[in-house]
Amino acid sequence: MTVAPSESLTFECETGNYHTFCPISCVAWLYQKIEDSFFLVIGTKTCGYFLQNAMGVMIFAEPRYAMAELEEADISAQLNDYEELKRLCLQIKRDRNPSVIVWIGTCTTEIIKTDLEGLAPKLEADLGVPIVVARANGLDYAFTQGEDTVLAAMVQRCPNKVEQEEEKQERNAIQKLLNFGKQKEEVVAEEAEYANHPPLVLFGSLPDPVVTQLTLELKKQGVKVSGWLPSKRYTELPTVAEGDYACGVNPFLSRTATAFMRRRKAKLIGAPFPIGPDGTRAWIEKICSVFGIEPVGLEEREAQIWASLEDYVQLIRGKSVFFMGDNLLEISLARFLIRCGMTCAEIGIPYLDKRYQGPELALLEKTCHEMGVPLPKIIEKPDNYNQLQRIHEVRPDLVITGMAHANPLEARGISTKWSVEFTFAQIHGFTNARDILELVTRPMRRNNSMKDLGWDRLVKEEAQV
Amino acid sequence: MKLAYWMYAGPAHIGTLRVASSFKNVHAIMHAPLGDDYFNVMRSMLERERNYTPVTTSIVDRNVLARGSQEKVIDNIVRKDQEETPDLIVLTPTCTSSILQEDLQNFVDRAQMESKGDVMLADVNHYRVNELQAADKTLLQILQFYIAKGRKKGEIAEGKTEKPSVNIIGMTTLGFHNQHDCIELKKLMADLGIEINAIIPEGASVNDLKNLPRAWFNLVPYREIGLMSAHYLAEEFGMPYVDITPMGVVETARCIRKIQQVINEQGANVDYEEFINHQTMFVSQAAWFSRSIDCQNLTGKKAVVFGDNTHAAAMTKVLAREMGIHVVLAGTYCKYDADWFREQVSEYCDEVLISEDNGEIGDAIARIEPSAIFGTQMERHVGKRLNIPCGVIAAPIHIQNFPIGYKPFLGYEGTNQVTDLVYNSFTLGMEDHLLEIFGGHDTKEVIQKTISADSDLNWTKEAQGELNKVPGFVRGKVKRNTEKFARERGFSQISLEVMYAAKESVGA
Repeated sequence: MTVAPSESLTFECETGNYHTFCPISCVAWLYQKIEDSFFLVIGTKTCGYFLQNAMGVMIFAEPRYAMAELEEADISAQLNDYEELKRLCLQIKRDRNPSVIVWIGTCTTEIIKTDLEGLAPKLEADLGVPIVVARANGLDYAFTQGEDTVLAAMVQRCPNKVEQEEEKQERNAIQKLLNFGKQKEEVVAEEAEYANHPPLVLFGSLPDPVVTQLTLELKKQGVKVSGWLPSKRYTELPTVAEGDYACGVNPFLSRTATAFMRRRKAKLIGAPFPIGPDGTRAWIEKICSVFGIEPVGLEEREAQIWASLEDYVQLIRGKSVFFMGDNLLEISLARFLIRCGMTCAEIGIPYLDKRYQGPELALLEKTCHEMGVPLPKIIEKPDNYNQLQRIHEVRPDLVITGMAHANPLEARGISTKWSVEFTFAQIHGFTNARDILELVTRPMRRNNSMKDLGWDRLVKEEAQV
Repeated sequence: MKLAYWMYAGPAHIGTLRVASSFKNVHAIMHAPLGDDYFNVMRSMLERERNYTPVTTSIVDRNVLARGSQEKVIDNIVRKDQEETPDLIVLTPTCTSSILQEDLQNFVDRAQMESKGDVMLADVNHYRVNELQAADKTLLQILQFYIAKGRKKGEIAEGKTEKPSVNIIGMTTLGFHNQHDCIELKKLMADLGIEINAIIPEGASVNDLKNLPRAWFNLVPYREIGLMSAHYLAEEFGMPYVDITPMGVVETARCIRKIQQVINEQGANVDYEEFINHQTMFVSQAAWFSRSIDCQNLTGKKAVVFGDNTHAAAMTKVLAREMGIHVVLAGTYCKYDADWFREQVSEYCDEVLISEDNGEIGDAIARIEPSAIFGTQMERHVGKRLNIPCGVIAAPIHIQNFPIGYKPFLGYEGTNQVTDLVYNSFTLGMEDHLLEIFGGHDTKEVIQKTISADSDLNWTKEAQGELNKVPGFVRGKVKRNTEKFARERGFSQISLEVMYAAKESVGA
């Protein structure tokens, strides 16, 4: 299959028969991120089995999450769901004493229409522990969208404004972290380094080191990050007032973005996402432009990062990549890889919010034109079976896919990279661009070290899907 | 509702999928929401499967909730029938789809009319049975389906094979060491002069099921999967079955003697005593091991056993009867089959624990403080926390329990493998214990030569904090690289910015 060069991106929608993780998997990284939380997944054995297997070793670390496993009597409403949830939440409060309990609604609670949003405020009052409800189910969402539903629910819980000066200190965790060990006068002096701009809240769950890196990156331009959703602790949720600015760091947070705009009257900064040096620069430039700041030294910084990536870029330049699609990072990653010199025929993606991802799509289009490569076809709700046919036809140099297809493709001589690694690796900002390429080039480097062995195809019959 | 952190047996549909995808050219279609196809990942990863797992999903989404599946399921079945021409498509409901109460049987009937292959509905109750029960049930269902079909067409094989022959029932994908066990059992049957008529479901074709009655008897090596089918074949065709798991020297002999009795009743006239004797004395090292000084040192040591019925019961007997180890507690998570377990192990252990709650087993291990544990991956983890060695003997298991090397648990080679597992667990524990008493291998203080030992560089508090977040095994490297970077550029103080700049420059 050859892709006819076209002037603008094409969008298609297939059957939605594709493999991805269930969105409840977001508890695995969110419970680690929000240290004083407890995630209660209200579902069946199927949900529990998925989490237990998908999270592998982590399950053994006594996590702050559990299943409220529904039994037959719950399904047929012989048991009172309020009483049942109360019993379990009391036990959680007793054993773990969390600052917040997050209920994750599942397919089953949707179908039997458990009114979690209605039960939560009542139980919250009885229990004295905040209860946040996120309906992260496989009926509506895919994989990383789970985080989106949790964060969208948390936007509601962000305080409006903080009265007490002391509590303000308490909430400003990032600044505290950056100012750690400094005298008060120094801190005041440092405040002056920032440009005078309205408060900016960033949203998206990232590992703490990446939060620090991105915050510092903006600090260099005089942009102050006044809060981050989520923060390390639930009790440190950022304040959001009408007219404040919010900006996303991940492409799958469209509901959260909407919640900021509609519910909290915040202004959304629509920007490409800080993935890859090109994305990071565009992200910072957009934020600066909104605040009327002239960015300094960004071009050199980007060039310098590209120079340091050259050894890895050489390995993939001119090669082709195919995204089967399962975690919504695909557009940003494809844009970065095309900038690295790869070609991309197809970007599969579970769901595409053209408004929220608009600036990223524009950057993708621009990148393709600048690199002189055909624009990729974007396939929403892909059909894995059809995709495999296309893969076997065009034989791309690299397929970014889920674990269900990785080994069978490798056995047929097609190099793969497991897509889930991109969600758990540190991929944001200038500093981590190399980590993305470390992942992307790994199959290439493996191929280089084994190229003369003649062990490419390890299945007997000719590739049969 | 039940508060659960972990589960031993998976949900019912996993059992159905394990059986369906074990057969050759059988495709399963799950009626499930997005993300429930996690089975494909497990099979592809754990078994390192080279082929695409023959399981797809007919996705239940909002539209299905609102209007029902309508033609969607039928279309998906017919489509799969055309794409891959499987012999059989098994429509598999999940716990989500089962509360929708759609008439899936009706979809199956309608899809059958348009499909070349056979179509059937897996009939398991997701809120009443677990993975193992469902696997047993599904195997029976497929068997019944093809026996009925064979009868209708008059294709059921008549008469027995000329020489004594066997069907081995219950080998499945994702079963604990099943592939190795299968090879070992084939070898054992060959040694006994018994032909293999069929092995189901792993690697079998559904078209061969009509030939099952030709075997002289059925062998069901695992308690959990295959017994229902063996019962059915006994009722329908009067086929006798042997359900003694040949794990451990004594049980393997008992299994072989039972086989001898069963085929002699049908006129085989074999005597396996000489064979058993030779294998026990000279092929398996297990009998000699139990006589050796090594094993003598294990006498009376305390052990805890936990797992599925088959492996936990067999292991308890091996430890107590063949090695003189004191099994304080033997337990199983197969609650639904608890009576059998009790009956099997009661005389070989002090306590029996039947539970699906990993906390309860963890507490029992902490209370007993055995010298070794034989359990699942969960018990291995409990052992790690309590510093007690653990041999893994049953699912749930990790990728490391799907070894590439030949490691059966059944038959005579199995006895050797089990001996190694037991002995290695105990000696490791002993070595640890001695090291603790004598304060380690090398009691002199270790002097490490690193650049940072005489560092002239200042780390700011936040940079130091960041450094401490780096995992221990690479922290030294990160520290050295950062300081090298700082020195080269003449920084005297290492701040967060310097640290990240260093990371970018070396790509570490």
